[in-house]
Amino acid sequence: MKAIRVIEFERIASAVADLCGKAACDLPPDVLAGLRNSGETEQSELGRDFFRQYLENARIAASDRMPLCQDTGFAVYFVELGDQVRLDRGTIYEAIEEGTRRGYKDHYLRKSIVSDPLFDRRNTFDNTPAVIHLTLVEGESVKILLAPKGGGSENMSAVKMLKPSDGRRGVVDFVVETVRNAGGNPCPPTVVGVGIGGTFEKAAYLAKHALLRPLGSPNPDPRYAELEAEILQKINATGVGPQGLGGDITSLAVHIEFHPCHLASMPVALNLNCHAARHAEVTL
Amino acid sequence: MKEALKLTSPFSEAAARSLKAGDRVLFTGVIWTGRDAAHKRLVALLDEGKPLPVELRDQLIYFVGPCPAPPGHPIGSAGPTTSGRMDAYSPRLIADCGLRGMIGKGNRSAAVIDAMKQYGAIYFAATGGAGALIARCIRKCEIIAFPDLGPEAIHRLEVENFPLVVAIDSLGNNLYH
Repeated sequence: MKAIRVIEFERIASAVADLCGKAACDLPPDVLAGLRNSGETEQSELGRDFFRQYLENARIAASDRMPLCQDTGFAVYFVELGDQVRLDRGTIYEAIEEGTRRGYKDHYLRKSIVSDPLFDRRNTFDNTPAVIHLTLVEGESVKILLAPKGGGSENMSAVKMLKPSDGRRGVVDFVVETVRNAGGNPCPPTVVGVGIGGTFEKAAYLAKHALLRPLGSPNPDPRYAELEAEILQKINATGVGPQGLGGDITSLAVHIEFHPCHLASMPVALNLNCHAARHAEVTL
Repeated sequence: MKEALKLTSPFSEAAARSLKAGDRVLFTGVIWTGRDAAHKRLVALLDEGKPLPVELRDQLIYFVGPCPAPPGHPIGSAGPTTSGRMDAYSPRLIADCGLRGMIGKGNRSAAVIDAMKQYGAIYFAATGGAGALIARCIRKCEIIAFPDLGPEAIHRLEVENFPLVVAIDSLGNNLYH
């Protein structure tokens, strides 16, 4: 019988509240480095000016504790819960919702969630409910990663059920065309998360999860790494550019995740993130 | 790169018609915030023949839903939202109310651009995802209408040297193409 480790509900809620403020105001180092590197290769003068503004924005956000973007997003969590962990009260879901409520209030973040999508779009005024992707793992710790997701880039995302015969070309065309058609809406330069395989909903999950990889680190499978490079090159050849106003850098990186799939299917999902690619994590 | 033009409010038709797509602008003066929910209500008021809570003639609307103001600041993070969601309402405000310009991000519909050409209005892009930088340009913020909409309420902002780019001009020249 494995030993049980008890973690206080309060400790999780408080750590989550801190994460909300950190994710909103501190651009992660990998994203900062990506912006610096890409900004140097941008040829458009207007585009280079935007890169300067992004870096200045990140500096102000960190020093003033002012969110990088007013859209502080849907709070999306990826949680790895050790199988030896128990809470002293409540559930992990409740602790995370409580932390979200506190974090969005205490750090002056925008409340962007409406209670009903169609009929009465009333603000819940505490940014809950969150989206919580929970995975059970071995061990006695809990890892919580928050990736707040803005509406502008999320709205430009897509899932397509390709035929297996569409092959590599089908994937490339779908991703490049979706990014081109998104234009300036998702706040380019974007990070492009692609999920290939699985089922309809699994592909979408993979695409979102792919956004979490350190910016620009290639897929360990060389075939997929090559595909990432090809798609990125084709996206940047569209000329959409920073803010959609023309230039060489439309996306900072393409990250692909793949999964076994049904012999009749080839789902492909594309999840876009803006240049303020926010994420923060804590392990308890 | 050409130096940024300094502009102030109110904003005349002649001033709007003098701007060209690609011009960089530093705007100082009063602007009004509004997103989809506020636009929907403004157009509903027009349909009912009722007065609007704000005079839009020769004014600019900024498509933004800001963060709450932290202590010591007039406003929280305040970058632009996607303008396409206002496409259904903007032509009406330009034609019936004399709205002179809009600030947002992303391309606009043919109907919006037609109204801009006909009435001499302008569309500026603010820098999406630079809400902290833009907040530093905002000197004063007050809620004018629809407080129940939370971040989507109409606010009156006083801005100083707000960095903008003319994305679509009054001849329909369009940097998104």
